[in-house]
Amino acid sequence: MQQRKFQRLQNIIDSHEGKVSHLIAILQEVQEEYRYLPEEVLTYIATAMGIPPATVYGVATFYAQFSMIPKGKYVIKICDGTACHVRGAEPINFALRKELKLTGDEQTTKDLQFTVETVSCLGACGLAPVVTINENEVHGQMTPEGVLEVLRKFQKTE
Amino acid sequence: MLKSKDDLLNLYKQTREALEREKMRILICAGTGCVANGSLEVYEELQDLVKKYNLPVKIHLVEEVGHEPYAVNISGCHGFCQMGPLVRVEPGGVFYHHVKKDDVQEIVEKHILNNQLVERLLYTHPVTGQTVATQDEIPFYQKQTRVALEHCGRINPDDLNDYIAHGGYQAIARTLFNMTPEKVIKEVLESGLRGRGGGGFPTGRKWQFAASAQGPKKYIICNGDEGDPGAFMDRSVMEGDPHRVLEGMMIAGFAIGADEGYVYVRAEYPLAVKRLKRAVAEAEKAGLLGDNILNSGFSFKVNIKEGAGAFVCGEETALIASIEGERGMPRPRPPFPANKGLWGCPTIINNVETLANLPSIILKGGKWFRGFGTECSPGTKTFALAGQVAHTGLVEIPMGMSLREIVFEIGGGLRENKKFKAVQIGGPSGGCLTKDHLDLSLDYDELRKAGAMIGSGGLVVMGEDTCMVEVAKFFMGFVQNESCGKCVPCREGTKRMLEILTAITEGRAGEEDLLLLEELALAVQDGSLCGLGKTAPNPVLTTLKYFRDEYMAHIRDKKCPAGVCKALLDYHIDQDKCKGCGLCAKVCPAEAITGNKKEPHVIEVEKCLKCGTCMEKCKFNAIYTA
Ligand SMILES: Cc1cc2nc3c(=O)[nH]c(=O)nc-3n(C[C@H](O)[C@H](O)[C@H](O)COP(=O)(O)O)c2cc1C
Ligand code: SF4
Ligand code: SF4
Ligand code: SF4
Ligand code: FES
Ligand code: FES
Repeated sequence: MQQRKFQRLQNIIDSHEGKVSHLIAILQEVQEEYRYLPEEVLTYIATAMGIPPATVYGVATFYAQFSMIPKGKYVIKICDGTACHVRGAEPINFALRKELKLTGDEQTTKDLQFTVETVSCLGACGLAPVVTINENEVHGQMTPEGVLEVLRKFQKTE
Repeated sequence: MLKSKDDLLNLYKQTREALEREKMRILICAGTGCVANGSLEVYEELQDLVKKYNLPVKIHLVEEVGHEPYAVNISGCHGFCQMGPLVRVEPGGVFYHHVKKDDVQEIVEKHILNNQLVERLLYTHPVTGQTVATQDEIPFYQKQTRVALEHCGRINPDDLNDYIAHGGYQAIARTLFNMTPEKVIKEVLESGLRGRGGGGFPTGRKWQFAASAQGPKKYIICNGDEGDPGAFMDRSVMEGDPHRVLEGMMIAGFAIGADEGYVYVRAEYPLAVKRLKRAVAEAEKAGLLGDNILNSGFSFKVNIKEGAGAFVCGEETALIASIEGERGMPRPRPPFPANKGLWGCPTIINNVETLANLPSIILKGGKWFRGFGTECSPGTKTFALAGQVAHTGLVEIPMGMSLREIVFEIGGGLRENKKFKAVQIGGPSGGCLTKDHLDLSLDYDELRKAGAMIGSGGLVVMGEDTCMVEVAKFFMGFVQNESCGKCVPCREGTKRMLEILTAITEGRAGEEDLLLLEELALAVQDGSLCGLGKTAPNPVLTTLKYFRDEYMAHIRDKKCPAGVCKALLDYHIDQDKCKGCGLCAKVCPAEAITGNKKEPHVIEVEKCLKCGTCMEKCKFNAIYTA
């Protein structure tokens, strides 16, 4: 398993010819593969590319897209950009977090099914408030009830 | 493979003829907004049905050059996303909105087969109640002038031939064969085009620097980072007309002597990335990108780079660092990228919309462009109209139009008859303007005088129930979160400002805090390295200037006049209005509501979490805050 995992990693690095200028793209592809960036993966990338681990960590922690902790199977992003904010993004977030029993700073449910994040602007402001699920599914003109309905759809398919 | 200017001209003629042979063209919007509302289902259904009815239909323009009279196509965003999915039927521009899969049959049977309109899908004016058939009759579109968005919503972004049929790549052909770099720069200078990415620096002047800079290689970067919350115009252009962006980059490249370009697109725009990648591949295949383009001696290559989620990467030097694979941190300027940019080479960074204006400027001339807009801000500008306005969407208007025209004529005023309170313009770098500014002309200099900024063109309308202190806090939270941390005034100053604003919204602040807030704002402005820090205090400063009463109400009276700041309000039930339906008690997460059926209910203030759920649910408007 471990072997296979690193083989996949190495392939990604190779496809970028190990270029340091491609570090962000490499991390993006790796994260797509594992859904997050485990520590040993970052160390491996540093060694394989011959750059200090600090550089890799530095880049991985700088960009919001990268996550060092596992995310849920479904990543729900609630837009809290200006347009969505003034049209009621907060109650949606509130309803969803309550339903999934997320408290404090928690973003991911214990069973690793759902991650709830707020982001600033998904670029569909005309449809505010906007919620996306795993990047590709966009829901506009959301309401607290609406978001729970969407959630149930995913809970049911489990 | 196009090998000469004539090849391109022939392809234009061929595609144009195919286009003109079309008796009817049906365009289904496949922008992000409409896709979210199910427009792809509509597209598929339409394809299925035309097959079922055995209609002679073509899907792509040139691959099927026969004499099929109907075309079914996807398009980019039409701007009126809120009404999506949108279907537009040419000729005439008949406009159907909120089209669902189940409506397709009727469109086919009535409109396509019998040339009758499907009345119920047409636009009805909310005030006059009049139904209109075409896009041009809708107030939202009537006051617009489209240059950068010329083709958005009219052509298929995934089809190079469609772009060519609409005159695409003719501007680069003219540039390559009839102009010199000096001539191109002169034309752009004459147009008066100013950068649409926020700063408003004259594009031609910037190019002059890069053209005269020395370097082994030069680069053009298209800034598609669009991190401003509330802005989505660059997205729509990249998704709706990607070839135009490429053509703009090539013109810029020719002008400064660059042979390679990058499009930096933010990570949140997967559809834009997909369309751009496809456009690059198609253009390469056609010989419109690559070596010795059309045998002109000019070579140009384009790479697509995805951002990874950092607002500061929109700043030029940070963006360059990010393309180089590093943390996207700004560095001091000079040296300016025009002299020392990507990998130390002279580099021009232009915004998506800036570039999208270029093909028209080349084809129609700088003078033509100058015919729009104002003396100091020529041309048109796109705005993302959002917030509590009736018609949200993407609009393009001549510069100099008044805020009132945008908000009340194009935008149709506020939704739910709310009272206008403010517009936030220019995102986190911009400011809030009031009803006293409604007649202000929208151009770079007028707005700056008022303390705001055109920025990238985000325009968020706010009604009476928006708390301006909360809005200031919201923006401060954003920039605090996005500060890269390199300079202390920005890193620590925005944090302290956020703390003070939070204290105000929670009723914990005194008047002395307001002075400190102002002082900090000026210090952050002065002491920050890049535009993020330098402009971060703008929303605070403008709200302090124009909505000081509201700050004072929070500080002195411990009240939030707009009824937004939770710490300062309690939820109550109007005993006269309450019908005792019990719905509120059922939804209250804190079990703070009690009462017997059919009798007025009450909220226990100590238990209440102030979540507002009950108020939203009550059908009798019995719950209020005070
Ligand atoms: C924090 C920050 C974020 C920025 N974000 C963007 C952006 O998303 N898109 C953009 O075109 N310009 C952005 N800019 C402005 C660019 O740095 C640059 O001025 C612009 O891309 C130049 O292109 P133009 O001359 O065509 O406007 C940003 C500037 C700052 C300081
Ligand atoms: S002003 Fe802020 S964002 Fe800009 S370099 Fe300084 S710390 Fe970073
Ligand atoms: S929902 Fe409204 S009417 Fe019904 S019990 Fe609650 S306050 Fe009364
Ligand atoms: S505001 Fe929320 S917590 Fe308070 S009474 Fe209403 S539903 Fe319950
Ligand atoms: S503000 Fe939410 S999508 Fe733009
Ligand atoms: S996405 Fe269809 S109109 Fe904007």
